[in-house]
Amino acid sequence: MKITRNRILTLITLVVFAGFLAYSQATFNPYILRIMNLCAIFTIFAVTFNLVYGYTGQFSLGHAGFAAVGAYTAALLTMTPVQKELNFFLEPIVPVLANVQWPFLPAMLLGGVLAAVVGFLIGWPALRLRGDYLAIATLGFGEIIRVLFVNMQRVTNGSLGLKGIPEYTNVYWSWGLALVTIFVTKRLVDSSYGRALKAIRDDEVAAEALGVKLSYHKILAFTLSSFFVGIAGALLANLISTIDPKVFLFFLTYQVVGITVMGGMSSLTGSTVSACLYTVFLEALRPVESPFSIGPLRVPGVPGMRMVIFSALLLLVILFYRRGLFGQAEFSWDWFFEKTSALRARLGRTGKTAPAPSIESEEEERP
Amino acid sequence: MTLSLFFQHLANGISLGSLYALIAIGYTMVYGILRLINFAHGDIVMLGSYIAFYGVVMFFLPWWVSFPLAILLTGVVGIIIERTAYKPLREVPRINLFTSAVAVSFLLENLGLVIFGARPKGFHRPPVMDTVLYIGGAAVVSYTPIIILTALVLFGGLMFVVHRTKVGMAMRALSKDIETTGLMGVNTDQVITFSFALGSALAAAGGILWAIKFPQIQPLMGVMPGLKAFIAAVLGGIGDITGALIGGFLLGIAEIMLVAFMPNLAGYRDAFAYSILILLLLFRPTGIMGEMEPEKV
Amino acid sequence: MSLLRLDGVTKCFGGLTAVNNFSTELAPGELCALIGPNGSGKTTIFNLITGIYTPTAGRITFNGTDITGKRPDIIASLGVARTFQNIRLFNGLDVLGNVLVGHHLRLRSDPFSAILRAPNYAREEKEMRQEAMELLGALSLDHLAHEDATSLPYGQQRKLEIARALATRPRLLLLDEPAAGMNPGESEELMRFILHILDAFDLTIFLIEHQMRVVMGICPRIIAIDHGETIAEGPPEAIQNNPRVIEAYLGVGEYA
Repeated sequence: MKITRNRILTLITLVVFAGFLAYSQATFNPYILRIMNLCAIFTIFAVTFNLVYGYTGQFSLGHAGFAAVGAYTAALLTMTPVQKELNFFLEPIVPVLANVQWPFLPAMLLGGVLAAVVGFLIGWPALRLRGDYLAIATLGFGEIIRVLFVNMQRVTNGSLGLKGIPEYTNVYWSWGLALVTIFVTKRLVDSSYGRALKAIRDDEVAAEALGVKLSYHKILAFTLSSFFVGIAGALLANLISTIDPKVFLFFLTYQVVGITVMGGMSSLTGSTVSACLYTVFLEALRPVESPFSIGPLRVPGVPGMRMVIFSALLLLVILFYRRGLFGQAEFSWDWFFEKTSALRARLGRTGKTAPAPSIESEEEERP
Repeated sequence: MTLSLFFQHLANGISLGSLYALIAIGYTMVYGILRLINFAHGDIVMLGSYIAFYGVVMFFLPWWVSFPLAILLTGVVGIIIERTAYKPLREVPRINLFTSAVAVSFLLENLGLVIFGARPKGFHRPPVMDTVLYIGGAAVVSYTPIIILTALVLFGGLMFVVHRTKVGMAMRALSKDIETTGLMGVNTDQVITFSFALGSALAAAGGILWAIKFPQIQPLMGVMPGLKAFIAAVLGGIGDITGALIGGFLLGIAEIMLVAFMPNLAGYRDAFAYSILILLLLFRPTGIMGEMEPEKV
Repeated sequence: MSLLRLDGVTKCFGGLTAVNNFSTELAPGELCALIGPNGSGKTTIFNLITGIYTPTAGRITFNGTDITGKRPDIIASLGVARTFQNIRLFNGLDVLGNVLVGHHLRLRSDPFSAILRAPNYAREEKEMRQEAMELLGALSLDHLAHEDATSLPYGQQRKLEIARALATRPRLLLLDEPAAGMNPGESEELMRFILHILDAFDLTIFLIEHQMRVVMGICPRIIAIDHGETIAEGPPEAIQNNPRVIEAYLGVGEYA
């Protein structure tokens, strides 16, 4: 009965959320929509990082590289031949890519698949390394991918980057895929495979002695995560419409680590909430970087100030709120009703209603 | 390639390598003791060179006052960072410590952007470091031998501290076993703080020498040297000071020689460092000097 | 035919020979103890059998298959399970979850059917859970199924580790100091428990133990080693009076 209730509630929330997306796509201005899309993209980044680190215990810093693979694949496949010719004025583009133009979905999927292939090829040797060495090696692989992209002039247009990528990404794509990522990750970590991943995270030696194939499971998590990172990269390219290798510096990876730690390791709800908070927050701080006036005084904008505030806040969270916003907790309806009834009891049945669940976390349902 | 050109490249490689090595020492000391990849270390390099720059430009100090002062002040900054951002996190999962280092790195870089501005500043080489010398037919600008010599003197000093002083002995003990060393009556907090101060001071020295070699400074200047030095530290076997020196020199020389002998691969220079690193890690997972420790079961 | 056979197994770490030319055989259904002073190489032998270490020389055969140098997970899937001297439970999983990890090696559904909860996966998951609960019930741990594994009292944690190993359906179970840290009453209970599972799960058990009471009480055969070499082998009485064993243990105090 409880399960049926939860299923219905989830369904209702999903429908409401879909309605909200339709409403926003129709009425919100491009600026707000862009922020919403970025929220979804960073959600995918954080959730996938969580899969590899939070659930499998493998400290991988290759996100930026995988995102680059997905982004460039989708960009090159969706751009019009005319745009490509305009972009590649230093050296012509390789003939195979010159005249292809694919719809968004297959281009994005291929981006994800290629990222997964790269992830598999990297993960296979690198996942034998432990702890920090894995972090260094994957960071290195990410940077190698970036340097390759700088130098593959005829494929990626080098450091000039690509301009005029069609802006296909909308909130249906971005949030739809974010939900798929969360759903798949959640289902995986709650399955027998997920228990094996957690066992590897908690104690590799014991897991292996119980017959858990270490490399198979690590590569499984790593490849699946790379696939979705590639998808997120494709969404990003077709959102911001201009990409160059600098977008995929390891700063991107660091941001993802920061977001995930802030949300709480091993909490997909935390990753989602944290990704949205981060994106919105960074936008909200934009005014501090543009000139403003206090009375007669004109204050010039200070570039870099946003990140100063963000990094100071990140530091505070890490120092004083060590388990992140959610720790290991996940949103679920049972949890929600427990909390609200407790809240109602504390309010002494004054008729006040409890706050609605945040939109970002509604999809986490415990089966 | 003539022999003199080769020696010119070699000198260049050694001087670059000594810079990597100076910075790598800070990484390796911190990792050896706290098992922390201190990603903010590269930004300490930047800080050191800016303080030296402002000492000369804003406070009109002669360079031989400003440079040592910058090294000292950066050491103090290292202490402050350790005390506020790392010390409270020693008992918690390592990812928090790592993230804290990332946050400090972001903070320093963006504070640099805010305070120093994004535009690169020209670093003035002291005249004595800017004269052309002819050594055995090869033309060398005097800063190259000066960088190498300074680095060697600093290494000598460091070796003395680590191997001949009490605090150095404590540092070595700490990197073997932090708890037991604490039980032996060593004030571990003080030793850790000292290592941070020492590492940061050496990084500042590296930053100033870097600015002398490449006389343009900007707030993100520490990122690449920091990463390269980190690679050098891992190459040598992270946690091992001699290893960091060897790794630094090897990487510096290898990079310069790659570009000298295969100019068409110059664009891959940054990838080259990572490729060496990954190959080494795959065949010898703990670096050149690192000990292979089988996990105790 | 023997179930487990070690032939001249040697393991060196650098210059140190931890196990030297060690040979033995275990028959199906046997309960055999491995004793020896601290650092005599007992755990190393277990690590060699389970594939955590690769022998420097020698051959290990299990159930007719050469398992020398095979990966631990492969050896586990052939039917060798173990517990650890220092308990190694998965602290991110509950009691049931820990046992279910032991079932994972028999899972046939691929990850995609697991993600999609396809009928074949759903059926396997249901069966796994049922079996795991039965196993917990048989070891009277079922009332703790949803507790955090590491929140259990020490004795229960040891038991859970055994349960987890049993979930892999082993033919050979290696117990590394199961009675460590237990008081006489608890180790008494453990002895009965070991004899019980030996029968109930049709096992062969090889155990390392320091508490002589446990060893002498239940094991018909004992192998004593020192410095990685066998110094005596036989029934408890013979071991008890063996001068080399007494010598090896002198000063250790446990054999008083």
